[in-house]
Amino acid sequence: MDLSVVLKGQTCDLHLKNPVLTASGTFGYGLEFASYGRLATLGGIVVKGLSLSPREGNPCPRIVETTAGMLNAVGLQNDGVECFCRQKLPRLPWRETAIIANIYATSPEEFGELAARLDGEEGVAAIEVNVSCPNVKQGGVLFGQDPTLAATVTAAVRRNAPHKHVMVKLSPNVTDIALMARSVEDAGADSISCINTLLGMAVDVRSRRPRLANVVGGLSGPAIKPVALRCVWQAARAVSIPIVGLGGIVSADDALEFILAGASAVQIGTANFMDPAAAFNLVDELPAACRRLEVPSLSQLRGSLVI
Amino acid sequence: MSEPQSSLLTALDLVPFGQSGLEARFFALRLTHPGWTQWRPGQFVMVRPSSFGFELPWARPFGICHMTAKHLILFFQVVGRGTQRLAQIRPGDEVRVWGPLGNGFALEPDRPTLLLAGGMGIVPFVGYVHLHPKPWNIHMLFGHREPIDCYPVDSINERVPVDSLREHTAGDLDNFIFSIQEHMQDIAEQDGLVLACGPLPFLRTVRQFALDSGVRTQLSLENRMACGVGACLGCVTRTTQAWPVAEKRGGMVQICNHGPVFWAHQVEL
Repeated sequence: MDLSVVLKGQTCDLHLKNPVLTASGTFGYGLEFASYGRLATLGGIVVKGLSLSPREGNPCPRIVETTAGMLNAVGLQNDGVECFCRQKLPRLPWRETAIIANIYATSPEEFGELAARLDGEEGVAAIEVNVSCPNVKQGGVLFGQDPTLAATVTAAVRRNAPHKHVMVKLSPNVTDIALMARSVEDAGADSISCINTLLGMAVDVRSRRPRLANVVGGLSGPAIKPVALRCVWQAARAVSIPIVGLGGIVSADDALEFILAGASAVQIGTANFMDPAAAFNLVDELPAACRRLEVPSLSQLRGSLVI
Repeated sequence: MSEPQSSLLTALDLVPFGQSGLEARFFALRLTHPGWTQWRPGQFVMVRPSSFGFELPWARPFGICHMTAKHLILFFQVVGRGTQRLAQIRPGDEVRVWGPLGNGFALEPDRPTLLLAGGMGIVPFVGYVHLHPKPWNIHMLFGHREPIDCYPVDSINERVPVDSLREHTAGDLDNFIFSIQEHMQDIAEQDGLVLACGPLPFLRTVRQFALDSGVRTQLSLENRMACGVGACLGCVTRTTQAWPVAEKRGGMVQICNHGPVFWAHQVEL
């Protein structure tokens, strides 16, 4: 079964051999998972968030398991964009699968600088913009919680990476995700990925302390799937650019739920921790899942939710 | 070294140590062989029984206790909801296991080697003493709080001498610390090797004695892990200026894929 999909952007298209990508922060730089499956069989790899300079991240504990999910406050520890381009990217099978660079910055200018650096990298197929980060210049308000700021960041990346597909990763921690989706579409985004983690918290009753040193962190895993589906459905109805759905996908049927709700592709996140072969297995299982629904291709399912 | 792989294994049996029945809190779990050709004591596996379902998404990291030609043997203490559920496993149940992970302990057959174990830190040394070609060069010091029959001491004692100290009072702890120091000084004079595994305060003590005496010492660290392969960045620890990779000196590295065994002078604790 041909599972290939094209994310038709406003400026650049993104060609995927199948709709299964790995979510940023859950799959390292890809290389960590190379012994559990063939990286080239994936639709794409969204690498750990990159910043201009290396970042040390937050103190431990930075992760905690919760019921059907987990919280993380890793604080975007990463080796920086230069290290990625020089040391990691050349070792990835970028001719065979889409390598998507997730970027993180604290000002629109920095976002622009990162985008410009990656625009010249042949091995990078797309840039995923993490707007769930604080705008240092404006008192730490998150870019992704303000439609104007999100649009500013999107435009900065779009302008500085004219040759790359620009995917904007939306936060669910907003009042109206449709408004955010329209805003980044108007600013030139080629596609939208949603959702990023939900802000959450866990407490140790005995010690009376929060379970994360950072007190709050991002919730991911099967627990958030209903919220993620709702966001994908609302965003898909609001814009005409493609949506990449993520949030709690474990099985092929989970992936099909997102595709029915309007997603063109999906990302596998926390499930990579449940089994490091999860994403590879999901690629293998998709054709059978389609056959069970008696559809010859995924495009027949996309957005075909019956209401 | 075998490349790590993810396998679906079958539980063969679960044997309680110390108390049995409902009171049991220490178990040896025997699983079918995962098919790796090679492993090193001090390496670990991520373990996720199918009973975790969606409710407990994380696997749990366990140091490999031992491997035979047919079995993978793990040893665990019930401390939280994951190990509680693992303690209810029945023969025939399926368990997702990925590994072997991490680096493992140094093995220098001709060098006098002191094993320092605190509580459950004894587990990886079971495999160590069995794979060591010259066990007469090994000596173990074991400090513990629970009765000694809760731990797999016998399988070590059949190969190497074990001095054990049970901690009942604060004074016992002082004795244990004194004993660690004494043993480490002896091994330093023999230009030997020290390997330590146990709780963090214990490892801090060992590390300090290692820095004081200059004896070559490895510490096996543990931390909360979601993936075990270096991706989740939950298990980081800080390196010192002695770390071999220049860019990571004084920085954070994952315990899972840079360790879990570290030279004492290369990490802060």
